[in-house]
Amino acid sequence: MSDKTPVLEMRGLDKSFGPIDVLHDISLKVHEGEVLCLLGDNGAGKSTLIKTLSGVYQPTRGEMWMDGKPVSFANPREAQNMGIATLHQFGGTYPLMSIGRNFFAGVEPTKGFGPFKAFDRAKANRIAVEEVQKMGITRITDGDRLVGGLSGGERQSLAIARAVYFGARVLILDEPTAALGVKQAAHVLRIVKEAKRRGLAVIFITHQVMHAMAVGDHFAVLIRGAIAADFRKGEKTREEIADLMAGGESMAGLEANIEGYMETHDGHPPPPAH
Amino acid sequence: MDMISNLLRRPAAASVLSLVGVLAFYILIAGVDFGKLMGAASWVNYAARIGIVALPVGLLMISGEIDISIGAMIPAGAMTTAIISGHYELPIIFGILGALAIGVTVGTINGVLAVRTNVPTLIITLATLVGMQGVVLAGSKLLTGSASVPLTAPDWAKTVFGQLMFGGSHQVVVVWWVFFAVIFWFVLHQSRYGNWIFAMGGDRESARNAGIPVNRMTILLFILTATSASFVGMCHAILFNSAQVSGGMHDIFNIIVSVVVGGVLLTGGFGSVPGIFVGSLTFAIVNKGIDFTAIDRNWSNLIIGVMLLVAVAMNESLRKLALSAATGKRGKQKQDAPMSAASGQSAH
Repeated sequence: MSDKTPVLEMRGLDKSFGPIDVLHDISLKVHEGEVLCLLGDNGAGKSTLIKTLSGVYQPTRGEMWMDGKPVSFANPREAQNMGIATLHQFGGTYPLMSIGRNFFAGVEPTKGFGPFKAFDRAKANRIAVEEVQKMGITRITDGDRLVGGLSGGERQSLAIARAVYFGARVLILDEPTAALGVKQAAHVLRIVKEAKRRGLAVIFITHQVMHAMAVGDHFAVLIRGAIAADFRKGEKTREEIADLMAGGESMAGLEANIEGYMETHDGHPPPPAH
Repeated sequence: MDMISNLLRRPAAASVLSLVGVLAFYILIAGVDFGKLMGAASWVNYAARIGIVALPVGLLMISGEIDISIGAMIPAGAMTTAIISGHYELPIIFGILGALAIGVTVGTINGVLAVRTNVPTLIITLATLVGMQGVVLAGSKLLTGSASVPLTAPDWAKTVFGQLMFGGSHQVVVVWWVFFAVIFWFVLHQSRYGNWIFAMGGDRESARNAGIPVNRMTILLFILTATSASFVGMCHAILFNSAQVSGGMHDIFNIIVSVVVGGVLLTGGFGSVPGIFVGSLTFAIVNKGIDFTAIDRNWSNLIIGVMLLVAVAMNESLRKLALSAATGKRGKQKQDAPMSAASGQSAH
């Protein structure tokens, strides 16, 4: 399965802020139509890694490769132009704007000419609804509806559909299911699978092991900025992953804690440790 | 029924209802002669005065920022015109350009500070408000030795900026107001820039990520607010043949009240130009219409206070209505109707 060139590859990535080393020697790759799950507790360096991938930070050492060529992003814009779309929880959607306007924010289709170029609402609404429906959200039929009236899962789906439509090849999803209920989370996981089916490389960041196991092909556990484990689907059980994420600290207590919590909260992790 | 609920979901709905409510109160309870009120110019002129500034202030507020330095910019525009063309007797065109230039300058300062620092724009523009009050007063004293400067404008300038129209008492700023309203309506609701403004107010960071030139737009909007204020000041100086140093504190609140009554969300991301337009109109009718009643005019502020609360409460609930807009408008459902009915429960 690794005979194909990965879409995005990190080779020995280090990131330091002054004297503080945040990421150590991160090497990961993700292929087309594959979901890489990045697991880790809060403070493990997940956000720093995302920001490095999406061009917000530049790595201190190490290289990034896309399609077998080394790349570097000076800013988020360059990463986007290369097809890396990063979606934060509700990022990229504006609750008090319509679906059509949301979908095309910043890249509005216009009609007319000269100073009278008008936003082409009909076209925007039509494309937005089409694209969202293609992702499997058939409940959205009216592009004039305000996004704030959609459920959290639908908003995520809209953001993903938008990224796909605008040519994303690597989709970085930062905790897309964290604030969602069970049904809504399932919704988003379905969309992730759909994106994968369409040949996108997905990097799925979460600390919810259940969600990761539902969609992931490849897993990496991050502890204190280093990759503690790198394995493929089916190689480890949920308990083992949870153990790894907890990083060996008061293992038994945490395990019982997480276990118990997840049983009663259907896959949601306990509140972050301080 | 559908039509009514669709109308209620429009951002301008609350301001229209406020307008109807205020008119009903004046006519039914306070005994105002409707014909006389419609024929009067005082409130129309006042609506234009605050309305011209309320339009860009509304856009700025939709983008998530606020500008209170407008209060100082109205007298600043008036004084600049009067000092240049009155005291120094330069051609009026220099006075006009001077007034606009001071607007652009202060707007640029506000805008650049807003995008370069993390200081809330309320504080930034409070500083420029107070600062400009000082500059206008001290500058006027220094240059002319007085806080009131006379000005005689030539006929063409009077016709364009300061004349009363049709021999009546309606000022020509009313035409400017309507003209600006049409332009701002096009920009906010029809052009892509409007989409940018809404997106900036909705989520500034996402807007930036989506490639919207957030900083440039913010600076531009601050230039528009300050310049429109100095424009109004300039028109007044030309109309009344003089300019006085004044605090302009009233204008700040009157303009912001108009914008909020007009349905603009204080935290940004929601609002409309028709709403702001009707909001200014409503405010002016309350403020000036009280002269047509037997009520002591000092009560007008109480009415404004009540109206503000009622309008904001209405805006709040109408916005909720807009958000909860049902998926299936009756008669508009397509073949996937059963699907949407099935998943209808999952939304909350």
